[in-house]
Amino acid sequence: MAKRIDVGGLSAFYGAHKAIEDISMTVEPRSVTAFIGPSGCGKSTFLRTLNRMHEVVPGGRVEGKVMLGDEDLYGPGIDPVSVRREVGMVFQRPNPFPTMSIFDNVAAGLRLNGDHKKSSLADIVEQSLRGANLWNEVKDRLNKPGSGLSGGQQQRLCIARAIAVQPKVLLMDEPCSALDPISTLAIEDLIGELKEQYTIVIVTHNMQQAARVSDRTAFFNLAAIGQPGRLIEIDDTERIFSNPSVKDTEDYISGRFG
Amino acid sequence: MDISTRKSQTTEGDGPPATGTAHGTPDATRPDPAPRDEPAPGSAATPDTTPDATPDTAPAPVKPAPRPGATATAPGTATRRGDRVFLGLSRGSGILLLAVMAAIAVFLSYRAALAISEDRANFLTTFEWDPNSPEPVFGIAVLAFGTVVSSVIAMAVAVPVAVAIALFLTHYAPRRLSGPIAYVVDLLAAVPSIVYGLWGALVLVPHMNGLFGWLDTYLGWTGILAWQGGAPRSMLTVGILLAIMILPVITNVSREVFRQVPRAHEEAALALGATRWEVIRMSVLPFGRSGVISASMLGLGRALGETMAVATVLSPSFDIQASLLDPGGGTFAQNIASKFGEANEQGRDALIASGLVLFVITLLVNGAARLIIARRKEYSGANA
Repeated sequence: MAKRIDVGGLSAFYGAHKAIEDISMTVEPRSVTAFIGPSGCGKSTFLRTLNRMHEVVPGGRVEGKVMLGDEDLYGPGIDPVSVRREVGMVFQRPNPFPTMSIFDNVAAGLRLNGDHKKSSLADIVEQSLRGANLWNEVKDRLNKPGSGLSGGQQQRLCIARAIAVQPKVLLMDEPCSALDPISTLAIEDLIGELKEQYTIVIVTHNMQQAARVSDRTAFFNLAAIGQPGRLIEIDDTERIFSNPSVKDTEDYISGRFG
Repeated sequence: MDISTRKSQTTEGDGPPATGTAHGTPDATRPDPAPRDEPAPGSAATPDTTPDATPDTAPAPVKPAPRPGATATAPGTATRRGDRVFLGLSRGSGILLLAVMAAIAVFLSYRAALAISEDRANFLTTFEWDPNSPEPVFGIAVLAFGTVVSSVIAMAVAVPVAVAIALFLTHYAPRRLSGPIAYVVDLLAAVPSIVYGLWGALVLVPHMNGLFGWLDTYLGWTGILAWQGGAPRSMLTVGILLAIMILPVITNVSREVFRQVPRAHEEAALALGATRWEVIRMSVLPFGRSGVISASMLGLGRALGETMAVATVLSPSFDIQASLLDPGGGTFAQNIASKFGEANEQGRDALIASGLVLFVITLLVNGAARLIIARRKEYSGANA
């Protein structure tokens, strides 16, 4: 069910400001693609164009093409709501619904789609929590509020919530930046397991993390403050971290700027 | 030159360092560097501003040796005096408030007790108001019923509309539209209640005939919505008018609460593929629920105590109408306003007793609102 993403000539705007310019890349299914680059280079913005979350920001606008399989996400007549049901997202800060129980958090997306019987709902919730390596920790307190979990558990709860609706793609926007090293490790292990089934795109500021979890890495940069961000290069992670073809990438990775 | 020596003195002053530095700084900013040349008059005339002119380490010309100590403490008391004045003022205001509250409570209770002891009938259950006669008979049953019923109608109408307006302003309206609409809602809150009353009596009442006829035709069988054709100066009309009056406060508070819904919660719902309405249902309404409840309590407080608008619109009588559409009934505040003029002393005491009951009801409502707000605090702290 994982699908390939093909981006062609994509630019995104905040009002009149162009945040990213002319990005083209292919994201392979059943793999992890990491986006790295200095702050403000548009990685997160680009990530949010992949599930049409960019346009919920006032003034947000996108030009170009994003193909998910053979469907153009920005084609005429495509409902952004249905795009987001196919492309799940995990945010920087864990954001479980504070008023819902753990069970209801995971079931939230399923209930949006309606027509789920109670028994199958419980099954899917269990599967999703197992998939997020959280089941054993929470199975005795599914009816407790999700906000009572630790930060790392909350983030895995959010991952469970995202995979419960069986998306084609999972986008992660710096999913570990608010977590401690142990929780980070748990999430990274989980990413390694999830890529068997999903196309995963992860934005990270942590280059070791990109090197650890990803198969391919894309480096973004911007010419100057106020200029739109651009894709500098995308390649196999090993190559990017050992022998990148662009000097900027090497400078960034070796810590010369950013 | 002069200033620099003074500075050095203050820094190496052997007295209490706190006072030394505290007074060194304001004095250094003073424009006239006089004190060094004529130390005695300077320090004597303005003892509170030139303390450091005569420090213990000062050179020979300073004759009055004991003075430094005296002048050094003077500014200290000056600041403390300011503190004390401010403390006294603020504490006094607090005590004054409590005293006023206590005076009101004592006044109400005392006069009410006088009246109730004279009452020949049960104060709580009697359907009559005749406190002026030598054999006074009066009770608050009708008033309590009318007050509660009209407020409940007002809440039932106003809360859904106010929440809808607040949601529209925060989540649907384009920004250049939501500003003016919010302004108009604020304006509604500023209209004096007597103006609402006049509008209600002259515009709303005549226009209620159509609605009342419709309700009687289709829902008359329920009894409480039957209409005998009297002037529509009834509890339902009052309730609707009160609803319009409390709409702004509920809308404004709800709007603030909805605006504070963390963006992360809304994006969580959006990213799951929620439509705009589903986002509101999943993240906005649950987050704002307790805020909306306390907003409603604020509105309820106003509806319970509203006087002029009710007195202008309602056609009062001392009985309880089975139907909300038939004129009659009364509320505490309306009854006090309309009976006060003709009441003798005993009658006034009786009205005060009814006012005490209203006071208690309002206190209970406020207490409930406070409880809910306190719970909300806890809840939002848990998610911070």
